[in-house]
Amino acid sequence: MFEREILETVIPRLADGFIVTLEIFFLTLLISLPAGLIISFGSMSKFKPLKLATKTLVAVIRGTPLVLQLIVIFYGPGLLASWAQSVENPNFLIEWIATWHVMDRFVAVIASFSLNYACYFSEIYRGGIESISKGQYEACQVLGMTKTQAFFKVVLMQVVKRIIPPMSNEIITLVKDTSLARVISIYELIWAGEVFIKLNGLLWPLLATGIFYLAFNGLLTVVFGKIENKLNYYKT
Amino acid sequence: MSILEVKDLKKSFGKTEVLKGVSFNLEEGEVLSIIGSSGSGKTTILRCINQLETADSGYINVAGNVFFDGGIKKESASEKRKRQLLVGLVFQDFHLFPQYNVLDNVTLAAKLLAKERADYKHNKKQIIAEIEEKAKVLLAKVGLSEKLSNYPCELSGGQKQRVSIARALIMEPKVLFFDEPTSALDPELTGEILKVIKGLAEDNVTMVIVTHEMSFAKAVSSKVIFMDNGVIEEAGTPEEVFDNPKSERTKAFISKFED
Ligand SMILES: Nc1ncnc2c1ncn2[C@@H]1O[C@H](COP(=O)(O)OP(=O)(O)O)[C@@H](O)[C@H]1O
Ligand SMILES: [Mg+2]
Repeated sequence: MFEREILETVIPRLADGFIVTLEIFFLTLLISLPAGLIISFGSMSKFKPLKLATKTLVAVIRGTPLVLQLIVIFYGPGLLASWAQSVENPNFLIEWIATWHVMDRFVAVIASFSLNYACYFSEIYRGGIESISKGQYEACQVLGMTKTQAFFKVVLMQVVKRIIPPMSNEIITLVKDTSLARVISIYELIWAGEVFIKLNGLLWPLLATGIFYLAFNGLLTVVFGKIENKLNYYKT
Repeated sequence: MSILEVKDLKKSFGKTEVLKGVSFNLEEGEVLSIIGSSGSGKTTILRCINQLETADSGYINVAGNVFFDGGIKKESASEKRKRQLLVGLVFQDFHLFPQYNVLDNVTLAAKLLAKERADYKHNKKQIIAEIEEKAKVLLAKVGLSEKLSNYPCELSGGQKQRVSIARALIMEPKVLFFDEPTSALDPELTGEILKVIKGLAEDNVTMVIVTHEMSFAKAVSSKVIFMDNGVIEEAGTPEEVFDNPKSERTKAFISKFED
C-alpha cells in the first residue's frame, strides 16, 4: 500500500490541494478582516437606514449556509444573464445584466467566503467595541483627547484584547470551511485526497488531509495563544 | 470676575426634569462642595459643565469662556476641545486606562496635546521629558512614586483614584471637579483621597466636589451647596449650611449624617 511510487504521486497532489486551501484561507482573511470592520461600523451607525440594511445583510448571511451562498454567487450571475437575454424589449438595466458571465470559480469562492466571514467578524468587532465602557470615552474627552485619539490610543487595544479569543475560533473554523469550495469544483485539499479513492481505491490519502488541517490549526492555536499571553499583562 | 459662573441651568432627561434652574458662582482658589441625596442632580451639574451632557437652557462660563448659553450652536470639535481643557473631572469610578501603566495613564493626554505644539518636532525629546517629569512630581504629591510602572489592575481603589487625580491635574484645568471621589472605595481608603484633596485646597486649586463626606466638606470648603430634587435648597459658607441650616430639608439631610 505504501509503495514509494504511490507515495510520490500522492504527496505532491495533496500539496497542490493544500496550496489552494491556503490561498482561499489567506485571501478570505485579507478581505474579510477589514471588510468586517466596515460592516460593524455600518451596524452601529446612527443613520437608521444604513444600520437596518447592514443588520439585514448580516442576519441573512449568518442565517443561511455558506454552501448556499457559494452556489448562489457562483451560478447567480450566469443564470440572471441567460434570463435577461430572453427578455423581450429589455431596458438598459436588463441589457446590462445580459452581458454578465458565469463567474470564475475561484473568484466566486473568495467573494462568498469573504462576504460570509466579514459578516461574522463584524459581529465580533461590534461586540468588542460595544463592550468598552462609556467611561473610557468620557475619560478621554475630559482629558481633551479627540475622538480619533480616544479610539486609537485607548479603546482599540482593549477591543483587540477582547476579540482575540472569538476571532481565533472563527479563523480556525475558516480553515475547515475552505473544504466547502469543492462544491463548485475547486480542487482543494479534501478533493485532492478523495481523488485516490476513486482512482486507486486508496483511503489513506483522504485521511492524511486531516493531518494538514490538524497541523495548520495547531499552528494557528499556538500563534493566537502567544498573542493572548502577550496581552495578558493587564486586566480590564 | 468669577472663575466659574452657572446661571439658571436646566436639564431634563425625557420627561424628568433633573435640574430645575441652578445658579452659583465660584472664585479662583475657592472650594465648593455640593451635597445632597442621591438623584438630586449633583452629577448632572458636573456633567453639564464638563460637556458630557448638553443642558437645555441656562448659562455656563469658565474663566471668561462661555461654555453654554442656551441654544445649541454649531461649532467645530476643536472649539469644544479648547474649552474642555479648561476643566477637569475626576470620576467616582476612576476610568483609568487599563492597558497603560500609572505613568502612561498620567502622561498620555498631555503627550497627545503636546504634538500640536509648533515647536514639537524640534524639541520633541525635551517636551516629552518635561511631561514625564511633571507627571512624576504629581504622582509623588499623591504618594505614588513607587507605582510608576504598575498597571491599574495591580492597584487598590484608593491608589487608582489618586492616579486619576494626578491624570486630571497634569492638564492644569482652571477648575477641577470631583464626582463622589470616595464613594467607590472601601471606608478605610477614603482618608487617603480626602488628604490629597485637602492638599490641593491648600495649594489653592479651584475645585468643585460632590461628596457625602460631611466633616471633610465642612473642613475643606469655602462654599457649600445643598441640592434637593433639582434645585439648590440651601447655599452658604460651611458654617451657615452645616451649623445653622435655614431650611428644614437641609436640617433633615444633615442630621442623617450626625451620630
Ligand atoms: N443619562 C440619563 N438618562 C436618564 N436619566 C438620567 C440620566 N442621568 C441621570 N438621570 C436621572 O437624573 C436624576 C439625577 O441624577 P444625578 O445627577 O446622577 O443625581 P446625583 O448625582 O445627585 O445622584 C436621577 O433621577 C437619574 O436617574
Ligand atoms: Mg451622582
